[in-house]
Amino acid sequence: MITEDAIVESLEQLEKNIYLLKVKSPLIAKDCYPGQFCNIKVSDTNPLLRRPFSICDADEDYLWFMFEIIGEGTGILSRLKKGDKLDVLGPLGTGFDLDGDFDTAVIIGGGLGIAPFPFLTAHIPDEKEIITFLGGRTKDHVTTYGLENIYIATDDGSDGIKGNVIDLIKKNESLFEGKKVRMFSCGPNPMLKALKEYALEKDIDCQLSTECAMACGFGICMGCVTESEETPDKYKLVCVDGPVFDARDIKL
Amino acid sequence: MSAIDLSVELGNLKLKNPVMLASGTCGYGNEINQFMDLSKIGAIVTKSVSLKPRKGNPPTRIHETAAGMLNAIGLQNVGVEAFLKDKIPFLKEVNCTVICNIAASSIEEYVECVKILDPEDAIHGFEINVSCPNVKEGGLAFGSDINAVRKITAETRAVTNKPLIIKLSPNNSTIADYAQAVKDEGGDAVSAINTLVGTAFNIWSKKPVIKNITGGLSGPAIKPVALAKVLEISRNVDIPIIGIGGISNWEDAIEFMIAGSKAFQLGTINFVDPAAGLEVIEGMKSYCEKMNVTKLSDLTGSYEL
Repeated sequence: MITEDAIVESLEQLEKNIYLLKVKSPLIAKDCYPGQFCNIKVSDTNPLLRRPFSICDADEDYLWFMFEIIGEGTGILSRLKKGDKLDVLGPLGTGFDLDGDFDTAVIIGGGLGIAPFPFLTAHIPDEKEIITFLGGRTKDHVTTYGLENIYIATDDGSDGIKGNVIDLIKKNESLFEGKKVRMFSCGPNPMLKALKEYALEKDIDCQLSTECAMACGFGICMGCVTESEETPDKYKLVCVDGPVFDARDIKL
Repeated sequence: MSAIDLSVELGNLKLKNPVMLASGTCGYGNEINQFMDLSKIGAIVTKSVSLKPRKGNPPTRIHETAAGMLNAIGLQNVGVEAFLKDKIPFLKEVNCTVICNIAASSIEEYVECVKILDPEDAIHGFEINVSCPNVKEGGLAFGSDINAVRKITAETRAVTNKPLIIKLSPNNSTIADYAQAVKDEGGDAVSAINTLVGTAFNIWSKKPVIKNITGGLSGPAIKPVALAKVLEISRNVDIPIIGIGGISNWEDAIEFMIAGSKAFQLGTINFVDPAAGLEVIEGMKSYCEKMNVTKLSDLTGSYEL
């Protein structure tokens, strides 16, 4: 992990609320893998702390980040221009585990939780099948950028089925039943909680990418802890031990 | 050009420069060393170590506020034994000056920790945390009880000849009295200040954002408070002061020295800019050149009121 002065290459509006930022950051780009994140300094003064973003995609020289305008930090990002400098710290955390035996990758994203999945999708070996389930509040909160074989649910029914992403998975179980499945998921905590229960009940291998308020992103502030099933007398750090955990390993 | 003497003395503790990294903001050194060479820093103050491992508080533990942040980590740490076995070897290897911060729930536990750690050569001094606002026992209860601070200083002093620093709480009205008590009982220096007690609510759930309800406020927001506390001690008590509170750049650092600090600690800024320590050293050098200062320590207490 390093800090690198990245140079803004482009900023694209994917949906009404969703943006895609492309920056030149060759040192971090060469060193990262799917599920990791970067902690971005959006301002010198306000906000004070860096903001963590999943690496949405990466190639030799460039990194992509996906974001929704929520507060001051993402507001500042949405006003960046080509050529602007951006202080990026990364790559951080333990990402998705692609090793081992599975033939179907089931990707599950809730809202902006889809952010790490274009990178993951590109890294899943060609011989494996990919099924992608997306959930969002409305169609404005769903983007299919960089994804494959997509099924959608929205709370208001404005895109795909009306309901949440767990309803969507249950409705489409026949797509992956009987296959060697590994689930990769990212989204709000209630979604991950429901998915964890579902995966444990069905005995499906499932990796959850979690989020938590953090200050540093590299293991010194001890702010972003999560309760562990493995080590009940010791918390795990979302920024170092995660953000991706095996569904069996963490309590949500 | 580089004839400027950056070294400082805190009692019998000599540092190559006054830049220290504050406890709880630099772990046990191994992460931050990836961003800068720790051997160039005056000293690092370890994350608090207690006799036994502590799990710490449940999340949510941190929350950003205007120009600052609240934290309630609850002194999560590996305990003395694992600290000696797993953390000290690295600190030895990078060859930096290490001040070991100690937290405890009782006076006996402070004494026991110092006794166990004292023989370790890689530990150059102790900072006794009598002022953590986030634990039920010890912590703030000690920090705002002058007799407890007096007793902790005296009893830890009795078991070590290494530099002994007491980290004071701002959550009382008479910090100079506490500094005087530390001096009277043989402490070598005081660190001022620990975090200020604060809280924040989620207005929709009406619940506190921090699970512990209150947390310690740090960052630029507390700098004026910390400066005033340093000044208060400096004007009333003849004891070396290590200034802490929202220092984010070399200008802030110089300001703390003028107000009376011999050395200072960088805290929250390490989370944002893990190489801040080196930038501060460079900035201070150029300030000294501009101001024709040849010995940085001459700045300490150079205020003109």
